[in-house]
Amino acid sequence: MNFEFTEEQLMIRDAARDFAQRELLPGVIERDEKAIYPTEQVKKLGELGFLGMLVGLDYDGGGMDTISYVLAMEEISKIDSSVSVIMSVNNSLVCWGVEKYGTEEQKQKYLKPMARGEKIGAFLLSEPEAGSDATSQRTTAVDMGDHYLVNGTKNWITSGKSASTYIVIAQTHPELKHRGINALIVEADSEGISVGPHENKMGMRASDTHSVMFNNVKVPKENLLGEEGFGFKFAMKSLEGGRIGIASQALGIASGAYELALKYAQERKTFGKEIIKHQAIAFKLADMATEIEAARFFCLKAAWLKDQGKPYGQASAMAKLYAAETAMKVTTEAVQIHGGYGYVKEYHVERLMRDAKLTQIYEGTSEIQKIVISRGLVD
Amino acid sequence: MSVIAFAKNWNGKFKNSTFELVSYTKALANQLNTNMVVLSIGEVAEEELKLLGNYGADKVLTVSNPQLNTLTSRAYADIVAKAANSVGAEVIVLSDNNSGKAIAPRVSVKLKAGHVAAVQELPLSLDPFVVKKSVFSGKAFGHIQIKSDKKILTIAKNCFGLVANPCDVAIEEFAVDIDTNLFKVKIIQEEEQKDKVILSDADIVVSAGRGMRSPENWGPVEELAEVLGAATACSRPVSDEGWRGHEEHVGQTGKVIAPNLYIAAGISGAIQHVAGISRSKCIVAINTDPEAPIFSVADYGIVGDVMDVLPRLTEAFRNSKS
Amino acid sequence: MKILVCISNVPDTTTKVKFKEGDSLFDDSGVQWIINPWDELALTRAMELKEDAGNSVNEICVIHVGGASADATLRKALAIGADKAVRIDACPADAYHVAGQIAEYLKENPFDIIFSGIESSDYNGSSVGAMIAEFMDYPGISSVTSVNLDDDDIQVNRAIPGGKQVLKTETPFVAVVQKGIAKEPRIPSMRGIMMARKKPLEVKPAVELEVLTESIKFELPPAKGACKMIDSESAEQLVELLRNEAKVL
Repeated sequence: MNFEFTEEQLMIRDAARDFAQRELLPGVIERDEKAIYPTEQVKKLGELGFLGMLVGLDYDGGGMDTISYVLAMEEISKIDSSVSVIMSVNNSLVCWGVEKYGTEEQKQKYLKPMARGEKIGAFLLSEPEAGSDATSQRTTAVDMGDHYLVNGTKNWITSGKSASTYIVIAQTHPELKHRGINALIVEADSEGISVGPHENKMGMRASDTHSVMFNNVKVPKENLLGEEGFGFKFAMKSLEGGRIGIASQALGIASGAYELALKYAQERKTFGKEIIKHQAIAFKLADMATEIEAARFFCLKAAWLKDQGKPYGQASAMAKLYAAETAMKVTTEAVQIHGGYGYVKEYHVERLMRDAKLTQIYEGTSEIQKIVISRGLVD
Repeated sequence: MSVIAFAKNWNGKFKNSTFELVSYTKALANQLNTNMVVLSIGEVAEEELKLLGNYGADKVLTVSNPQLNTLTSRAYADIVAKAANSVGAEVIVLSDNNSGKAIAPRVSVKLKAGHVAAVQELPLSLDPFVVKKSVFSGKAFGHIQIKSDKKILTIAKNCFGLVANPCDVAIEEFAVDIDTNLFKVKIIQEEEQKDKVILSDADIVVSAGRGMRSPENWGPVEELAEVLGAATACSRPVSDEGWRGHEEHVGQTGKVIAPNLYIAAGISGAIQHVAGISRSKCIVAINTDPEAPIFSVADYGIVGDVMDVLPRLTEAFRNSKS
Repeated sequence: MKILVCISNVPDTTTKVKFKEGDSLFDDSGVQWIINPWDELALTRAMELKEDAGNSVNEICVIHVGGASADATLRKALAIGADKAVRIDACPADAYHVAGQIAEYLKENPFDIIFSGIESSDYNGSSVGAMIAEFMDYPGISSVTSVNLDDDDIQVNRAIPGGKQVLKTETPFVAVVQKGIAKEPRIPSMRGIMMARKKPLEVKPAVELEVLTESIKFELPPAKGACKMIDSESAEQLVELLRNEAKVL
């Protein structure tokens, strides 16, 4: 066992912290309130290499380990989860899949610009009637000989409008059920694709979540990711890693709210003393700190397993479940500690509380994580 | 043995900080039971040199060479070192300002004399020779022992004050060869705002922060400064945002100042900002947030919107003057 | 053209300063160490000069006098973009000692421009840059707010009270820089952090040098009395207090 971070991991954490403080904090309230997509911020995040930090150096990525990724995600999510969700989807869902299963041509053409942050990727799995239950895909990719013809609608797509590169999960052989599903790389400006209106969300309001509609979209055969019929397994594998990203995001939301609450509790006075000197508040903070530390260990353990090449699906499900629940609880308490100030936007914690809710829902709800974990217990 | 002070002039004139330096050095000479010599470099009129006598200078060496009218740290350091040697100075004292910071380290190397910057008061002890200086950007003080035979101090502004001590001044030209090789840096352009109160010299500073909400709102700050004859300053976020020039930034990484009165308007009082102002004699804070940390370092506080309070203050100062 | 940037390793500017062992030593427990803010800006300006194809800056080296605990800080400087780092392995006793060590290195390894921050945010000695210039017998410019190269013609802006000067100098020279030299420090990129691993960090033995000054004790400023609150409607009361109680008008 070794709980020390390397010099590089710490440097990455500090770089993410500096970036969040300097580039994300100014304007975060306004971007949230008016649902303004963080164009400039995402561009700078890409220039610094955060959007492709897990991709190997050969493909213009940062060549970083997953531990570093957890540290960076936590720091960025302390301030702005609308930005960190874009980073998480690009890194651990889209780039990861293309790097792991893509052909050399696909990597040259699609992975490199995404790793450099010049293009953004989106992962199109959810459908109006297939959210948590990913086996019942209605979107079809009919094999037309030299191309696939894609039809259907995808829902809740992070970066749905701003992405240039989609990974689309679609059914090619309905008779084979989930073994007939394929994963395709689709260019977002292909003919026949239309993007629905911006979803007016409760939290993470600055990230662009959209429906994407496919109407007879031709996708070249060479854009198939992995073997024919690998799509469902591909999606599940991608989500295993994606969960580490979202777990770290939830961790960051929790620790961001905790830091604000701790600071506030040391400054704010009631009945002649700082409120942290009242046990009711002090114990809240003790619980928050303890649960955050536990969530952090879950995230780092899952990341470590992934870096070691060991199975991490179970660990990442636990991390996501625990971190998301912790985020919801901690942010609620952070608002409570702030009292009336916590309920107004200026003090940030109400935003973090709204953001936290989404971590319990997307990339597999807390309930779905429990299915994954419980199945893992008896496998 | 003696002590020597280097009295910098600006366009032939001395400032209060120069007279403070002379006052300090005279007290130091008394403490050491020795005499004091003041050195002036560049052309300064005799009447101006005589002003040094008001603060205890009875001997002034002057190098009135026009070539030396603007600061050239190499040449100045050379002259200071030679003068110190010629009078057998044990301690050399300069002001802790731009020129002192440029010259003293060079003299330190030339004479192998231990140098302490930002000295706060007369030596705490003479044997060993220990002085008190500010460290960690004003967050603490350090007691520094100077072990070498010769010693160089640069003294912080407003650390000692002016001490009247009139005496007759003997002015002597100090003959020194000036090496033209030491003038390798050429001034090709100079801009100076003559009408503005200089922040580092100001007795009163009106400073404003992000609480002003926008750069267009600086009118009330400038009006108050004008009524008080004060310099204007700002917090770091304000200079980072480009609302004000960074020459106005006061704080740990900007200017560290020590005015008599510092008025902080709409400044929350981050630890780095406080480091830059903590030596002010009196601090007034105006902020909407009664919990703002600036109130814990302020002497007087007003909770309220700067846009309301500043004009009222300006009015009150104006009325009290007339 | 080669640029040397002197780097001090200092406690983060938000650090609450504490002392230990009878107030004789700085208590560095829990302290986050950073590149001295002015040094970091100097490094940023050096990087900008190197990236500008219009001049011949081809190497940026950072140098630090201190123990191995500063290696993380030097590695960060490499990640930001310095080509090489040098650490003189010595306990930095005082400014004279530090400047002397750097001067010894310069005698063997000449540079054209030497950047030094106006002071370090810990001991606020504000003398290393000017001392290096004196040890080397180089011109030095203090209070530098910008350095520009035009075909290797060097133009330096210096802040003077209430204004600025534009200066020309020849190399080698020492620029003692302050705020304004670069807009803001750079955040190291992921690629920069990976590349830093492969860049040289040389550790050189120190030379024997006298130590002229020594810190023997620290003290914290006396606690400030309570702030007297005045109603926002009573501006006259404040004026009265400033005049008759604080006596600062």
